[in-house]
Amino acid sequence: MTMTVTMKALLSGAMLMALATTAQAACGIEKGSIRILGNDFPAIQAVTAAAATCRSDTVQFKVNLTQDHESLAVAALKANPAEYTSQIVASSSILPLLNDGLIRPLDDYVAKDGAGLKKTQLITINGKVMAVAFMANAQHLFYREDILKAAGVEPPKTYEEVLAAAKAIKDKGLVKYPFGGTYKAGWDLGEEFVNMYIGMGGTFFKEGSAEPAINNEKGVAALEMMKALSAYMNPDYLTFDSNALQAEFEAGNVAMANFWGSRAGAVTDGEGSKPEITGNIKFAAAPTVAGGTIPATTLWWDGFTLATNISDDDAAATFKALASGVTKEVANANTDKAVWLADGFNPGPLAQGTLESANAGALPYPMEPYMGLMHTALGNGLAEFMQGKEDAAKALSDVEATYSAAAQAAGFLK
Amino acid sequence: MPHRTFIAFILPSALAMLIFIALPIVSVVVQSLFIEHERVMVTAENCGPFGCKKESHVDEAATAELRRDQPLGRFNGLGTYLDRKHLAAKEVREAFAEASGPIDFLTRVGSLPLYKALGFTLAYTFVVTPLVLILGFMIALAVNALPYFVKGPVIFASLLPMIITPLIGSLILFWMIDANGIIGASLQALFNDPDLSLKASPTLTWITLMVYGVWHSAPFAFVVFYAGLQTLPHDTLESAMIDGANRFERIRFVVLPHLMPLAIFVGLIQLMDNFRVFEPIVGFNAGASATSLSYAIYTDLRSTGAPLFGSAAATSMLTIIGICILMAPVLVRTWRDFKRRH
Repeated sequence: MTMTVTMKALLSGAMLMALATTAQAACGIEKGSIRILGNDFPAIQAVTAAAATCRSDTVQFKVNLTQDHESLAVAALKANPAEYTSQIVASSSILPLLNDGLIRPLDDYVAKDGAGLKKTQLITINGKVMAVAFMANAQHLFYREDILKAAGVEPPKTYEEVLAAAKAIKDKGLVKYPFGGTYKAGWDLGEEFVNMYIGMGGTFFKEGSAEPAINNEKGVAALEMMKALSAYMNPDYLTFDSNALQAEFEAGNVAMANFWGSRAGAVTDGEGSKPEITGNIKFAAAPTVAGGTIPATTLWWDGFTLATNISDDDAAATFKALASGVTKEVANANTDKAVWLADGFNPGPLAQGTLESANAGALPYPMEPYMGLMHTALGNGLAEFMQGKEDAAKALSDVEATYSAAAQAAGFLK
Repeated sequence: MPHRTFIAFILPSALAMLIFIALPIVSVVVQSLFIEHERVMVTAENCGPFGCKKESHVDEAATAELRRDQPLGRFNGLGTYLDRKHLAAKEVREAFAEASGPIDFLTRVGSLPLYKALGFTLAYTFVVTPLVLILGFMIALAVNALPYFVKGPVIFASLLPMIITPLIGSLILFWMIDANGIIGASLQALFNDPDLSLKASPTLTWITLMVYGVWHSAPFAFVVFYAGLQTLPHDTLESAMIDGANRFERIRFVVLPHLMPLAIFVGLIQLMDNFRVFEPIVGFNAGASATSLSYAIYTDLRSTGAPLFGSAAATSMLTIIGICILMAPVLVRTWRDFKRRH
C-alpha cells in the first residue's frame, strides 16, 4: 500500500516536472518582465495561472487581478514605463486605452508567436490588431425547468413570452417574483437598456457622429418592456447586481432571468444552493423582443493587450506568456469557466446560452469611443423612470442631455 | 508671545496647510475651468470575434498633438459650472419660463442632477445634524447617571457604531433591511405588508440613510458631551438644587449653557461631515433614490472610461462653496462670542 502511494507520488512528481519543462520550452522566453492587470473572475484566473508557468529566474512575473482594474488602468498604463505590461480588457474597458493610445498594435507579435490564434480572435481596429480575445460572454436566458413545467409553459423565446410565463408562474403561486434581472441603478441598469434597445433594433448615435439618438419610439418601447418586466421582479430590483441575482437564483427565489453567461458555472456549482435547485437551472439564447429577429443582448469579449509604454523585450515576453495562457489546452481544462474562443475548444452545457445567442445573430457591444459616456448616462438617468416618477420620453431626453454635456466635456461633441 | 516666536511656531503647520490644502484647491479651481480637447475622430472598420463593423474611433496621434500644445485642455471658463450637470443655467431659466406654478418649477429643477443631489444632501444634513446632537446629549446624560461599575462596558457598546468603518456599517445594515433580512422581514410582519421594502421606495430609502447617519454619528457627539459632563461645576449645580431646581431645570439652566461651546463644535463638524455624505449611498446601493454632491463627483471620476476631471472639479468647488455658506452663521456666532468675552 505504502509502496503504491510512494510510486504514485513519484510518478506525478515526474509528470509535473515534465510538464514544467515543456511549459518552459513552450514559453521560450529568455528574459523580460511580465506584469498583468485584469478583472478578477475564474476564467481570467485560469489564463494568468497558465501564463504564470513562464516565470523563471530571468523572467519576472507579476499579476494583479481586481474588480477595480478599470479605474487603475489608464493611470497605470500612462506612466512610462507602464506599471503593467498588459491589461486584460473587455469590449468596453479597451476603449479608454484606445482613446489615449495606451496600447500598442499586436500585428508583429501575432505574426511571430500567435500561430495558434484564430483570425476571429484578433480585435482589429482600423486594420491593426489591438487585442487578442480569448473568451465570449453575453447575458442570456437562465430558467428553472421544473418551475416552468409546473406552470405549464415552454421556455420563452421572446420577451412577450417571458411576460406570459412570469404571469402564469405568479398566478399559480409557484414563485413570488418569477423574473430576475441585474437592474441595479448605474452600470447594470444601463446594460439592461442597451440589451433591450439593441433587441428592438435601435442604434445609440446618429450615423457617423457622437450625437445621441436614443429618444425615439424604439427607446420608449425598450423602457416600457423593462417596466413591464419589473412588475414580476423583487421590489428591490434597483439594488440588484450580479452577486445579488446569483444569490436569488441559488435561494430558489427566481424562475427566469437574462443573466451573464460567465455566471452559469457559479450559479450551478451547488455552492450556496441545493441540488434540486441547481439541477433544474437550464440555459437558452437571450429572448428576442417586439417581433425582432436578434436576441436582446450584447456579445462581449475578454482579451489581452500590450501597453505602449514598455520595452519591446517586455512586450514580446508578455505576448508569449499570455498566448500560452489562452490555448485550447487551457480552454478544455476549464470548460466550466467560460465560453473560450480558442480553436478546438469543446463547449460544455454551460456555454449553451452564450453560443445560442451568438448563433441567433446577437450583436456585439458597441465599440464607439463615446459609448462609455452613453452607458453611464443611461445607468444614472433611467432609475426615475423605473420608479414611475418620469415618463419614458422625458427620461430618454434627460439621458441625451446628460450624455451631451459629458461628451462635450470629454471633447467628443462640439 | 513675541511675533517672531509665534511665526516660528506656526510656520510648519502653515506650510503644511499651504501644500496640502491651499495648493490642491487652487489646482481644482484651475481644472474646473478647462475641458478636454476636441478629439479627432475617424471612421474605420473594426473586426472581432463577432464580425466586422464600421465604427468611429479616436485618431489618438492627432489628438495627442492637440494635447501637447495645450496640456490643460480647452479653456471653458465657467461653462462647466453652468452646464446641465451643474448649475444648469439654461434649464433653470426654461423651467422658470414654462412652469405653471412654484411647485411645478421646483419639481422641474429638482429633477436636474445637481439640484437633485443638493436636495438630498441638504435634507440629510439638516435632519441628521440636530438628531445627532440631541441623541448624543441624551446618551451622555444617561451614561453619566449610571453606577460606576457598568459605565465602562456601556461606553464601549455605545461607541461601536463609530468604530465600524462607514462602508462596512452600511453594508451590514443593507443586508439587515433586505426583504429577507432580520429588520426587513420583521417590518413586513409588523405592518402586515408582504410588499414593504425599505430599498424600493425613495422616501423609505431617504429615511433609512438618515437613520443610518444618526446611528453612525451619535457616538461622536456622545463622547464629546460625556467628556464635557465630567467638568460640570458642582457648586453651581448644588446651589441650583438648594434653590429648588428640578432635574430638567438643572439641565436647562446649568448643564446646557456649560456644554454650549462643545455643542457648537460638534455641530460644526457634523455639518461638514453630513454635507459630504457618500459612503452610505454606495453601501446601500441607493444611487437610484438618493444622490449627493460627493456621489456625483464619484460617478464623474469612476464610472466612465474617461474620467471627467473638469466636471468633478466644478462639483468639488460647488461643495466647498456650499460648506462655506452652511458654516457662515455658526462661524459668525462663534466670532461674536469670542469678541464679547475678550
